[in-house]
Amino acid sequence: MLYAACAVGFCMRGFMRKLFELFAVFFRIGAFTFGGGYAMIPLIQKETVENKKWITDDDILEIVAIAESTPGPIAINAATFVGYKVAGFWGAFFATIGMVVPSFAIILLISYVLRRFNNIKAVQYAFNGIRAGVLALLIKALFTMYKKVGKNALSYIVMAFAFVFTAIVKIKIIYVIILCAVFGLVVSYIAERRSAK
Amino acid sequence: MIYLELFLTFLKIGAFTFGGGYAMLPLIQAEVIAHGWMQQEAIIDFIAVSESTPGPFAVNMATYIGSETGGIFGSVCATIGVVLPSFVIILIVAKCFEKFKQNKVVKGCMSGLKPAVVGLIGSAVITVAATVFVPSGFSFNIFTNISFYVSLVIFALSLVAAFKKVHPIIIISLSAVAGILCGYLV
Repeated sequence: MLYAACAVGFCMRGFMRKLFELFAVFFRIGAFTFGGGYAMIPLIQKETVENKKWITDDDILEIVAIAESTPGPIAINAATFVGYKVAGFWGAFFATIGMVVPSFAIILLISYVLRRFNNIKAVQYAFNGIRAGVLALLIKALFTMYKKVGKNALSYIVMAFAFVFTAIVKIKIIYVIILCAVFGLVVSYIAERRSAK
Repeated sequence: MIYLELFLTFLKIGAFTFGGGYAMLPLIQAEVIAHGWMQQEAIIDFIAVSESTPGPFAVNMATYIGSETGGIFGSVCATIGVVLPSFVIILIVAKCFEKFKQNKVVKGCMSGLKPAVVGLIGSAVITVAATVFVPSGFSFNIFTNISFYVSLVIFALSLVAAFKKVHPIIIISLSAVAGILCGYLV
């Protein structure tokens, strides 16, 4: 009886330690990667595969594949997935919290600072310049994403459709997203039926 | 009730954006402006802040807008909202990953979603460009306006730098310096 209680207690301590480690590792990743998303993958790989040996390189590839085909930020997807693999639901929970807390705290701080300094002339001038720089960064990001899309008729039609219907016709973006997903599904279904014949 | 509204809006944003990062921008822009929570300029400024601080763009954005509209509790609601969909979906997917990977429905949807995101970001770029170059609406007066040319030069230089893989933080810092210099000199 006493042995059983000790064993359970020991397991619990190991489990708690793992949860804390998950939190700490993803806290570190969340606090030190700029740009989010794909920029985090190499760091996640280093921490969880090389240092902690929690998962393998194959798992990392899986995570990227999953993150790309599920909604939400890639960093959150990756934290939840690794946490779950290592320690189930609570692992996922603590890894995700660890990932979110650093940016949450930093941004909260910044929002107060920005509100105080927003009226200063120099800050306004700085943001006038920054906006032009951000536009350039966005165009670069757009180009990078364009290169990753398959070059076929379906892609070009969907790209043009999504662009025209949000920029010019101004349909609600959610409807555009749903329509494009359904369209992709129908086209790939038809293509499969054809190749089966 | 602002807290519930923040939570539900960011829940929607978290559930309907694929690809992460800037893929969220078009939806955030549309929702935030429709609710009157922020101006177009403020959103662009915040993209710069988000690029220069650690952490995922979506979480940064949710925290910031939540804090601007509903204080600390508002930022908690918005952040939980944006994180919750991915958390729940990944938990489900992690249990049956092999089935998910081979799933033809998922593959089919993704073949439409990936190019859709490119089109959506393209449209977001247009609205950002309009805010940068013609902040008070288009008229032929802008060609006599010196700040139009200043923006154009900063934009062109930043674009070259971005494609030469200069780090975003350096581009943002230099743009800020250029903006301050031009603001006082011109």
